Amino acid sequence: MILPHLPALQVVVPLLAAPLCVVLRRTAVAYGLAFLASWAAFAISVLLLLQVLDSPGGVISYELGGWAPPWGIEYRIDPLNAYVMLIVAAIGAVVITYAGPSVAREIAEPQRYLFYTSYLLCLSGLLGVTVTGDAFNVFVFLEISSLSSYILISVGATPKALTAAYRYLIFGTIGATFYLIGVGLLYQMTGTLNMADLAQRVPPLAGNRTILVAFAFIAVGVGMKAALFPLHIWLPNAYAYAPSVVSAFLAATATKVAVYVLIRVYLTIFGAEFSIAGMGIGYVFMPFAIAAMFVGSAVAIFQPDVKRMLAYSSVAQIGYIVLGFGIATALGVTAGILHLFNHALMKGSMFLALGCVFYRTGAVTIESMHGLAGRMPWTTAAFVGGGLGIIGVPLTAGFISKWYLVTAALERGWWWLAALILLSSLLAIVYVWRVVEAAYFRPAPAGAPAGEAPFPMLVATWALVAANVYFGLDTRLSVGVAERAAAALMGGGP
Amino acid sequence: MIHHLILRVVAKLLIPYILLFGLYVQFHGDFGPGGGFQAGVIFASAFVLYALIYGVEKARQVIPDAVLRVGIGLGVLIYGGTGVVSLLLGANYLDYSPLAHDAPHGQHIGIFAVELGVGITVASVMATIFFQFAGRSERDEED
Repeated sequence: MILPHLPALQVVVPLLAAPLCVVLRRTAVAYGLAFLASWAAFAISVLLLLQVLDSPGGVISYELGGWAPPWGIEYRIDPLNAYVMLIVAAIGAVVITYAGPSVAREIAEPQRYLFYTSYLLCLSGLLGVTVTGDAFNVFVFLEISSLSSYILISVGATPKALTAAYRYLIFGTIGATFYLIGVGLLYQMTGTLNMADLAQRVPPLAGNRTILVAFAFIAVGVGMKAALFPLHIWLPNAYAYAPSVVSAFLAATATKVAVYVLIRVYLTIFGAEFSIAGMGIGYVFMPFAIAAMFVGSAVAIFQPDVKRMLAYSSVAQIGYIVLGFGIATALGVTAGILHLFNHALMKGSMFLALGCVFYRTGAVTIESMHGLAGRMPWTTAAFVGGGLGIIGVPLTAGFISKWYLVTAALERGWWWLAALILLSSLLAIVYVWRVVEAAYFRPAPAGAPAGEAPFPMLVATWALVAANVYFGLDTRLSVGVAERAAAALMGGGP
Repeated sequence: MIHHLILRVVAKLLIPYILLFGLYVQFHGDFGPGGGFQAGVIFASAFVLYALIYGVEKARQVIPDAVLRVGIGLGVLIYGGTGVVSLLLGANYLDYSPLAHDAPHGQHIGIFAVELGVGITVASVMATIFFQFAGRSERDEED
């Protein structure tokens, strides 16, 4: 009885747990609710992925309120959103498992139930963006997740968190507004908001000036939300000053969902033929993606604050994801979608490891990590595990994404692009090595705090590290679904 | 305070009618212009007027923060809960048709419940926002 309603429950469970937290108020109760709702969302996303892979057409459609599409809001799940949903829900479940002690350390007691409320709203917003098949509904959920993430960032320990959140608010609002303008223009031309319906009606209008303007507005708007270079300026401070839990959660999910919207809009609504062959969107995004890979990594090398370093590294990694999209072949899109998954695991584990460091030492600068390997061996090893993935060392998930990216570049005969991917990976070695050097080869300052982080935090961090290694060895799930999603996208219809 | 006499008397006269008008907009929303959002704002404006005339502290005694907080959550729960009820009755989420013996009545009841939820949350949020800003200026004056 419950199985056909899973698409709605995916959003509804965390969405309704949020106001319950506000009403019940007790921190322990709020945490319990957030924990249950996040794991329930994860279970639902797994079931949905299995349903999608089993269903003959590879698509599940759910009519919200019983109103048939294209008039009503349709939740439409194909391999691509089932895959992104699995990433978001899995990270959500891992992060909430981790959150207890970390939130207790970093956030004042009276604010904690509101923190969990915002966390749940953010989770349901991100899941909503991925589950819905309605272009306007995407905007609504994007705003739910954005507004709650501004709150989550602003409760960071330093006053700088407020300015960081405010800057993100300005950029995020402009981005969402641009997206909305684009959707409005599409609606003006076609009279529909349903993505599948738009996909039928937009391609015949190709070349119409309104459609072209919509095309450009959405590119800039979603580019801002995805922090695509050079629209990434909000990201480093937002991730650096947010509470540890929030940095890990947002870095692994929020920009991923924005990139998902990018892929969905250009390859489903506008269609691969119009976007890639007609407008050359691949060539538009590729220079920015390559610039992101190099600038992000290069700036990361010079950051004294490790959290900020990871934030710049995220800018670079978004570059790799968009690069796959920019190569604009089935293999390239596969590589992009695959890196979406793998980067969430790697960056999530690194941010969580940093949260453990902050929990024990109260700082995450390079100096504060001197001799950390002796003081917190498990945490340091987890950080290095994630770092190896970022570099793309074989036997980690990062290697698989780099392999697919390089293969996709070579398939188009772009050997120079393959060389650039490898070169930028060398930069990643430099910034990860700085931490390794500090942690393993520098003596710990006298009287430095020692001892591991609490058990739940370590377990969650290591779960992601283990996943990072597992998906470096067994790629049936990660590559398999990414290939199916890319084939569906590049083959025309949704 | 004596020179605020007219304001105080007029406010006392007006507030019940503002509340009543808010309820009218709420419950008449399915026949005429109106609905939960507008009704919530009008309803909250009565408390704002009370706070402007009699002071924020007195207004907070009339409607404590704890009540507002519950109201904020409760409205969303009523809205979402309506959808859960339709799920339990075997229909799609937020499909109101099975809520009564026939579909039109079901739709009517569903919209009514959902708009009530919107009204409660909007009224509580409006009042909370006002109290937060008004309370801040009072705190600053104490500093």
